[in-house]
Amino acid sequence: MNSNFGSMPLRYRISIDREQCMECGRCVENCPYGVFRWDGDRILINSRNCTACHRCLTYCPRDAIMLQEHPCDYRSHPVWTRSVRESIYNQARTGKIILAGMGSVSNLPIIFDHLMLDACQVTTPPTDPLREPVELRTYLGKKPSKLDFTQKPNGDVELSTELAPNLMLETPIMLGHMSYGALSLNAHVAMARAAKETGTFMGTGEGGLHPGLYPYQDRMIVQVASGRFGVNIDYLERGAAIELKLGQGAKPGIGGHLPGEKVSADVSRTRMIPQGSDAISPAPHHDIYGIEDLPQLVNSVKEATEYKKPIFAKIAAVNNNAENVAAVARSGVDAIAIDGFRGGTGAAPRVFRDHVGIPIEVAIATADRELRKQGLRNEVSLIACGSIRESTDVVKAIALGADAVYIATAALAAMGCRVCGNCYQGLCSWGIATQRPDLVARLDPDVASKQVANLIHAWTLEITELMGAAGINSIESLRGNRDRLRGYMLDEGLLEILDVKSVGA
Amino acid sequence: MCGIFGVMDKRRQMMDGSGIREALSIMNERGSGEGAGYVAYGIYPDYRDCYALHVFFDNPGASKAVVDATLEQWGTIEHDEAIPTCDQPNLKVNCTPWRYFFRPDASLAPGSASPEKDVVTNIVMQINAGANGAEIVSSGKNVGVFKAGGWPEEVADFYRIQDYEGYIWLAHNRYATSSPELWERPDPFNLHDWSVVENGKITTYGANRRYVESFGYNCSTGTDSEVIAYLIDLLARKHGLDINLAIRALAPPYWDEIDRMPEAEQKLNRALRFAYGSATMNGPFTVVAANPDTMIGFTDRGKLRPMVVGECGDRLYIASEETAIRTMEPCVESITRPAAGEPVIGRVAQ
Repeated sequence: MNSNFGSMPLRYRISIDREQCMECGRCVENCPYGVFRWDGDRILINSRNCTACHRCLTYCPRDAIMLQEHPCDYRSHPVWTRSVRESIYNQARTGKIILAGMGSVSNLPIIFDHLMLDACQVTTPPTDPLREPVELRTYLGKKPSKLDFTQKPNGDVELSTELAPNLMLETPIMLGHMSYGALSLNAHVAMARAAKETGTFMGTGEGGLHPGLYPYQDRMIVQVASGRFGVNIDYLERGAAIELKLGQGAKPGIGGHLPGEKVSADVSRTRMIPQGSDAISPAPHHDIYGIEDLPQLVNSVKEATEYKKPIFAKIAAVNNNAENVAAVARSGVDAIAIDGFRGGTGAAPRVFRDHVGIPIEVAIATADRELRKQGLRNEVSLIACGSIRESTDVVKAIALGADAVYIATAALAAMGCRVCGNCYQGLCSWGIATQRPDLVARLDPDVASKQVANLIHAWTLEITELMGAAGINSIESLRGNRDRLRGYMLDEGLLEILDVKSVGA
Repeated sequence: MCGIFGVMDKRRQMMDGSGIREALSIMNERGSGEGAGYVAYGIYPDYRDCYALHVFFDNPGASKAVVDATLEQWGTIEHDEAIPTCDQPNLKVNCTPWRYFFRPDASLAPGSASPEKDVVTNIVMQINAGANGAEIVSSGKNVGVFKAGGWPEEVADFYRIQDYEGYIWLAHNRYATSSPELWERPDPFNLHDWSVVENGKITTYGANRRYVESFGYNCSTGTDSEVIAYLIDLLARKHGLDINLAIRALAPPYWDEIDRMPEAEQKLNRALRFAYGSATMNGPFTVVAANPDTMIGFTDRGKLRPMVVGECGDRLYIASEETAIRTMEPCVESITRPAAGEPVIGRVAQ
């Protein structure tokens, strides 16, 4: 059906400096969205198809290509903004829910950026990480709240407390859950190798475990989501830990959606679903209609894997986060990943992505406080995720109470992703969020794994320096140490919730 | 930059406070003349079965009634009096030190393994948290804390420290960094059995405080030694850890060292770090602590602050500087400087 809207103003305009262009055609070859085409010996441009993925710019040998966002102005209006108007036009035309990729684009203040870190000056010396140990080793899993001992006949005491299985991380940074299907196999292999190299772990997401990842299975956290894609006993047994996905920060309260275009033969086999069909996981787990059902699922997974692996649960950060965390902590899980509202996604309804949920900074702070209040803090480790952008975010999340973080968008960016937000199209020009073989082949797992490992390594070094400057030489001394944070231009209510003092205090 | 000093007689032979006064004063270079304190075990033999509560009143007329009422609610006051003091020219008195000899009613803490101490702990938390013009500075049996804002010798003369006799003494020469006017800020800090003096500034105060407060303690002064005293009480009394293990939980070995230990020891140390990660103290510190049977000294894992140990006959000394030990014991038989992470534990003969 036609609409009377005609064409919308361009989102991006691509231009070619014809003086510079040598007509090599690399842009034509590289753009999977059809922005460039040959017309005889001239390259024509269709800017309307552009996603700002920057592939053409990076491969243009002459820097001849230029991209401009919003080249056409609307009449400016503080209420009826461009995005409001365009959403209306879009929905008036289609009558559909608007889908969007990557994390929230709403322009709300980022709390992390308003938290300042501490350093030692005269009353305490900084620790020099080049010359003294600073321990980042992190264990994830249940910890005893107190220890029991038995006295041996010879008078020696012996520990009788049995320790629950824990994952040992060399750095508190893990690679978050993004499924095979949403991502290419090469992207998965690259991250798995990086996890192995840096002594950390990677989440499989809800897409099962491709045989190409079996060599790295001891570094994989296998996910069980509401669609149960790819889940069988072999899958559970291969993982180092198992994560039950109960929610996702980008879209709390709804399930996942992998468009059929991305369900290739290989993805179909790994997920155990028909090729080309949309993989839509339900909003709830249909065996969890109440919190009392969660322990049953936890226990059945523990029984199936003989209590050898830590079980994680992932929840989205919403209003009653503290209550949710306390409820999940009682279910027998060993760690809880909390996903803030800025968390990424391959595809989510725009309204959920931009309007539902709470920031990860607040969610971690309230979770840690509630668990301590209820004497449950050692029952679970806390993993912060959803928009961890740099090493300082990691340090701040841990100081607010997290044990470790998941990074995801940052890891994609380390492989080349430009955060263009078109993952759901399945045409990722960087070979990351696509299954099209020619595009997947663009991502060399050797190169990409090195880049991801470099990122983790660099952040780890920065965290070490920041901790050393704060006179802290082990990560558990940073955890929940909110005294070492100060809020800058945060309101009193928020400072109280974060339990952080204002700068100057 | 504070100076600390501890001495214990393993056979409970009494020492009067004059030697301790000298030992602490010799370290005046480490202090700023704005705070010093002493604690001694064995000073109240006539009331040995009572909990001696040393209280600072801003104004006894206004606040004593609150403390009296609280104590009578939780037990019986055997005796109370102003702590005898002797005005010093340079010491600006801004509170009235008082002492109570108190018998807690154990039946008010049913189900506790140490009901009297739980009652006393609750009283200390309650009084010190309130804005009532009263601060309990020590609360153990046969023990008392004497502290004030001034040089060690002035504080000692103010309380007539030389008139008290104890078998364990700890003392603290403060380099003030905040609230020099508050007499409760210098160490020692005491909670019934345990007294703590610290030279240092832990970088984990916030994490440690959050941890102990989740067990019902209330850190009202914001000083390191307060949180350390509560940590030791929690680990040693409530969690029943042997003092060796409690120290190891507070200042644990590095993971690299743990990885190299025999398996059983590895498991034990890993369990301690798992369970007590939030209790671990970081940053520079030397802590000397005591209870009626024990005196301990331990440092941070990098030993960023000094700790010297002296032994002579039945006496064990732990101090910031050797000169302090030699001032009190010129013929000291051995002087050692334990390595980082190597605690010193002295026990009185049973």
